Order: sequence, then C-alpha cells, then structure tokens
Amino acid sequence: MLTVDIEKKLGEFSVNARFESESGATVLFGPSGAGKTSLINMIAGLLKPDRGKISLDGETLFDSAARIDVPAARRRIGYVFQEGRLFPHLSVRHNLDYGRWMGGHAPDPVAFAHAVELLDIGPLLDRRPGKLSGGERQRVAVGRALLMRPRLLLLDEPLASLDAARKADILPYLTRLRDEAKVPMIYVSHDAAEVKRIASRVVRLDGGRVMSTDSVDLL
Amino acid sequence: MIELSSQEWTAVALSLRIATVATLVSLPFGIAVATLLARKEFWGKSLLDAIVYLPLVLPPVVTGYLLLITLGRRAPVGAFLADHFGIVFSFRWTGAALACGVMAFPLMVRAIRLSIEAIDRRLEDAAATLGANRMWLFLTITLPLALPGIIAGMMLAFARALGEFGATITFVSNIPGETQTISAAIYTLTQVPGGDRAALSLVIVSVIISLAALIASEWFARRAQARLHGA
Repeated sequence: MLTVDIEKKLGEFSVNARFESESGATVLFGPSGAGKTSLINMIAGLLKPDRGKISLDGETLFDSAARIDVPAARRRIGYVFQEGRLFPHLSVRHNLDYGRWMGGHAPDPVAFAHAVELLDIGPLLDRRPGKLSGGERQRVAVGRALLMRPRLLLLDEPLASLDAARKADILPYLTRLRDEAKVPMIYVSHDAAEVKRIASRVVRLDGGRVMSTDSVDLL
Repeated sequence: MIELSSQEWTAVALSLRIATVATLVSLPFGIAVATLLARKEFWGKSLLDAIVYLPLVLPPVVTGYLLLITLGRRAPVGAFLADHFGIVFSFRWTGAALACGVMAFPLMVRAIRLSIEAIDRRLEDAAATLGANRMWLFLTITLPLALPGIIAGMMLAFARALGEFGATITFVSNIPGETQTISAAIYTLTQVPGGDRAALSLVIVSVIISLAALIASEWFARRAQARLHGA
C-alpha cells in the first residue's frame, strides 16, 4: 500500500498531491505538464519533495518533518522510464540482471525465464540496446525493472515514444503484467484509450493537483 | 639511417619508462580529480580547478623550479619523504617521472572530466532505482561510459610526458641514464659539434614513437566507443 502526501514547488507551479494506492494498476492521468512525472520521481526518490510524507507497505520513505529521506537505491521501487534508459554498454541479458546484481541476490533462473517469456524478449538476450527497436527497448526496460523484485512498479508513459502499431503490440504485455506479476503498478499516461485498457483505478492530475480518484468507468 | 649509440638508446628507453610510469601513477588521481570537478559543487572548487590547470599555463621551467623548492632533497616535503620513506626525487628518474606527471596531469584531467560530464545523468538515475549505491554506480556505469575519455586522457598524458623537457631538466637536471630523456638528449647533441646525425636519428625515433602512440590510442578509443554503442 502506497501513501503519498507531498508538496513541491517546481518553477511556475507547484505539485500538491495526496492519494493512496493498493494493488493492480493505478493510473496517474492528466495533460502534459500536470506534474505526473515529477510526482513519480518523488515516489522513486529521484526528486525531493519540499514537504510531506511518502510511505510504502508501512515503511516511511520520506518524511520532511522527521527528516527521513530513503535514497532511491534502497527503496526497491522499479521504474520504467519513457525512453527506456537501457545501459548501452551492457547486453540485454546484463541489463536484465542489473537489479538482481545490485541487490546481491542469487540468480533466479525461474524468475528470469518467466519475465523473458512474459515480455517475449528471448531472441534479444545477447544483443546490445543500440541494436534494438523502440518497442523492443521498452519491453527490455519493463523486464529490467521487474527482475529487481520491486515492491512497486512505476511506469512513466512507457508507450509515449512508440507509434500506434507498436503501442498496440505492447499494451497486451502490460495488461498481462498487471494481472500476472503480483506487483502494484503506478502508470503515468495522458492517453485516455491506453488508460481505459490498463487502469484498475485513475488518479486525475491537473496543474499539479489531484483532481479526483475514480474508478475507470468515470473517465 | 638511424645510427644511435647506446647512450642515445638509453635515453629512448628511459623516456618510455618515465612516460609510462608518469601516466599510470597519475591515472587514479586524474580520475578522482576529474570526477570531483565534473560532479561535485564545493567551496574552493574554482581554486582546485585553477591549481590543476596551472602546469598548462605556467612556463615549464617555472613548474620545474617549484618542484625543486618543494620536493628537492633539502626542501621541506622532499626532505620529509627522503628521511621517512626513502623516496628521493632529486637527480633520479623518479623525479623525472614526477615532473612529467605534473605537466601532463591537466591534459588527463580535462579529457576525463569532459567525458564524465557527457554521460547522461538519466542513466545514472536509472541505475539508482535498480539499487546501485554511489560506489557501484560509479564502477558499473560512470567509469565504463567514460572509458573513451579516459583512454584519450591517458594517451595525451603519455605523449606530453614523452616530450617533457623544461620542467624535467630544471628539477632533476640532464643526467645520462638517469634523467636524460629524448628531448634532453637531442638538445645536448645539438649543442655539440658533430652531434647532428645522432640528433636527427633521435628525432626520427621520437616521431615514430609518437605516431605509434597516437595510432594505438585512436584504435583503443574507437573500440571503446563501438562497445558503448552496441557493436
């Protein structure tokens, strides 16, 4: 269970958000510039709120009053970035293993095979990111975040940089991810159609503020 | 065509040894300082910046003299090192290596720093979310991605060290077999009647070494670049 209650001034406007999220896929929905990416960067620990509290499964990740700020590397929150951000000097296989390696966990061939099958990236394992298409890169990025055994998975418009055909290709993987991997997801999007397919619930953001938290039907 | 006596070949071997030692020993410091300047803000940063680049702008003889009055056998730091650790720089090849290292340091730092600054910070953010603490992030992401710059920095430093003259001759003088590098040997030969042929031979050897170093560095840098971009 993720609880967020934070405030941050970003140039012209400020982000002021309060919401909770349990299982399934919570979509942060809103127009560009609504503060969605800043919000999940704060949840991930890549950006520091001015004020407030963030907690996950009972553990306080950030508390301005108590001066708690757990570094990103210790939050165990997976993050799929809009541009993938795969490490260019490592093969796909090593990219996938990176999170496990950093966590000091023993190899888990079952989990590895499962993620590879789920995302259909088997043929890509020995390639370098430079030789992958956009869609392939995004699937590897999802696999990489999954294989670090996160408590929560953040996805920042993972399909935004893809064309319609690629989006249609990958969306089923993401819905399957939502249903099969028992990790809650926070999914940022400004595309209503995409949101309808993936969301378990929707948190609307505009101008940095949470406007409403609804079930998908009210979209 | 190349006719050299053993004294001249000694100068060649000495230069290679000194330049190699100077480059390898200054590498960890070069990486440390470059990372500090590229990534951290701190009080006194411009001062550090200026001190690091000073040997690039000061006349080499001035740098050599400064080394002499601080690290010479009877100078404050030099005496301390000699008495407590047995490290002597005066009139030794180690002093020549130090002079070359100091002169080449700014070139190395500059190349490495630029290369670190060019690394996409977003990749480092991604590594952080995957659990990499600062040390692992540096070792597994920053350093490998900075490798082409590190190689370039090393080759620049090596080339500079190979050709070093002013600071070396001022700090440790021109002793054949100990501190007489190629440049000093050529200089000595040109001051002596009949030394022209040997001088020319040394010049040719010098050019060959420099060309070889440049070609090798290009090749390594290209390979590193290719590995980085998915070849």
